[in-house]
Amino acid sequence: MTTLKESRPAPPAAGKQSPNKPQRRARSSTIIVTGLLLVVALYFLAPVYWVLVASTKSTADLFSTNGFWFAPTFSLWHNISQVLTYDGGIFVRWFANSVIYAGVGALLATYFAAAGGYALAKYEFRGRNLVFGTILAGVLVPGTATALPLFLLFSQLGIANTYASVLIPSLVSPFGIFLCRIYAQSTVDSALIEAARIDGAGELRIFHTIGLKLLTPALVTVFLFQLVGIWNNYFLPLVMLSDVELYPITLGLNNWLSQVDRLPEFYELTTGGVLLSIIPLGIAMVILQRFWRGGLTEGSVK
Amino acid sequence: MTTTHPSDQQQRGTTPQGNTGNRVPRRPKAQSRAPWILLAPFLALFLLTFILPILVAIASSFTKVTRKGLFGEAGVTSEFAWFSNYAQALSDGNFVASIGRMFLFGIVQVPVMIILCTVLALMLESTSARWPGFFRAAYFLPYGVPGVIATILWSFLYVPGLSPLIDIAGMFGLEPDFLGPNTVLWSIANIVLWSYAGYNMLIIVAQLKTIPVELYEAARVDGATTWRIARSIQLPLIKPALVLTTVFSIIGTLQLFAEAQVLKTVAPSIDSQYTPNLSAYSTAFAYNDYNVAAAQAVLIAAVALILSFAFLKFSNRKSS
Repeated sequence: MTTLKESRPAPPAAGKQSPNKPQRRARSSTIIVTGLLLVVALYFLAPVYWVLVASTKSTADLFSTNGFWFAPTFSLWHNISQVLTYDGGIFVRWFANSVIYAGVGALLATYFAAAGGYALAKYEFRGRNLVFGTILAGVLVPGTATALPLFLLFSQLGIANTYASVLIPSLVSPFGIFLCRIYAQSTVDSALIEAARIDGAGELRIFHTIGLKLLTPALVTVFLFQLVGIWNNYFLPLVMLSDVELYPITLGLNNWLSQVDRLPEFYELTTGGVLLSIIPLGIAMVILQRFWRGGLTEGSVK
Repeated sequence: MTTTHPSDQQQRGTTPQGNTGNRVPRRPKAQSRAPWILLAPFLALFLLTFILPILVAIASSFTKVTRKGLFGEAGVTSEFAWFSNYAQALSDGNFVASIGRMFLFGIVQVPVMIILCTVLALMLESTSARWPGFFRAAYFLPYGVPGVIATILWSFLYVPGLSPLIDIAGMFGLEPDFLGPNTVLWSIANIVLWSYAGYNMLIIVAQLKTIPVELYEAARVDGATTWRIARSIQLPLIKPALVLTTVFSIIGTLQLFAEAQVLKTVAPSIDSQYTPNLSAYSTAFAYNDYNVAAAQAVLIAAVALILSFAFLKFSNRKSS
């Protein structure tokens, strides 16, 4: 800030410039900046474009034609039907598993984080700081550090290699409760809660009617975070699951990729499967990044 | 505390409605119970999936299990082993080398990541950028692609014969080897950059949007150039976002697993102990030595915590 004050006498000089000059400079900087952004966009989109092209090719064409352009024979539909029917439609099963893990997990995790964050923000009780501090430390604990001991724990409980073994750890979002607490502190008015109490509403009812409604923007962020986190998770299901029928899509596709050495037709299956698996979340990302950015720094500002 | 707490609650609970008889004692009770009821599901799950596993990991990292008989058929005994599992983990040259590899990886990858994200965010938020919505979406798209699938995607672009990149480089007389022993680490770094740059950029963009417009206007009136505004206004004000993304990048680096494990199928130079997590995974499931694996997991988490705290300390001191 102090450096800015030194440049105070500058404005008159800047004002004397002809109106034409800055305009031309603005246009050239628009071209440079947009050009750079375009180059970077190519980097981010090229692999996705490659898989789009690759999934239209047969295995033979995949190796003999240029990767960034289509082959003369268009076998996209053949490849996709292969992906969907191979091994009794196991791909569909994996996809459904991912939807169950991510959908159910994210929904419940968001609800639990909302209730906890609201409680930490709007009530004063003994042990509050201890609880919050412990949860905060949980944000910094790497997810892979807990997966291994969790497997040992779950095998003793007899629930390793079940849907529950992947779902239960997905229900906890320390970052979510952290975000909900900060958001509740700034948006849920204590006077409103007090008014509801005077009207005779119970504490839980106040949370479900007033709290959840006011927290909605933060809840969207927490839900999306958790959804993507579970969808992308690889280590936890890898450690927990041995039954191929329970695999999420990430584990399943890796299973296919690991067979390309012996059976080259798995290239077709893997590229087709990768394409199908990135479509839904890719579309979701593009649409939802608008909603997303609101809540993200809510936590980092404080 | 016990004496002040109920009266606190009572005061707050009763002042609005004054003396209304029997409602007074019931309210505070409901209010002191409510937060625990609301917190209960989260806390129960948190205990089960965070606290308990951490305790189990620490406990088993100090335990030695010995099997009697040739195949352990004569029973299993476990005893307190002090630091012998840790000693074994740290005397394993490959495990220590994997941590060193992640340090090298982090020293290059984290600054590149943060600088790229900051530059992209500043360019996107500048008035010179056209179609910012499109670019933001394009950069963010890879975040929705799971690490495993991103690695599968890039592995196709790395494998000779399949990769159009190698074909294109060949036209210029170059023969890049993305999967060689010296290059594969940076091929992994590229996958990580591709996956998370857009996400980190969005965190910075969100923080940039919180800077009041008046600040920019004042600076413009003062004749500050775009460069000056970035250096003197934007960079200092987005520091919290930069600290956050750096800490997450440090933790992420030490957790690296999926990228290396998946790339292992096409890159022979990646062994089963290439990253610390891969090493712990192999120790547990390939060698069935859960106790040493637990010691490794505790060590990885400890290094991650120490590094993130050290960085937070460092960034706090620098600002004061």
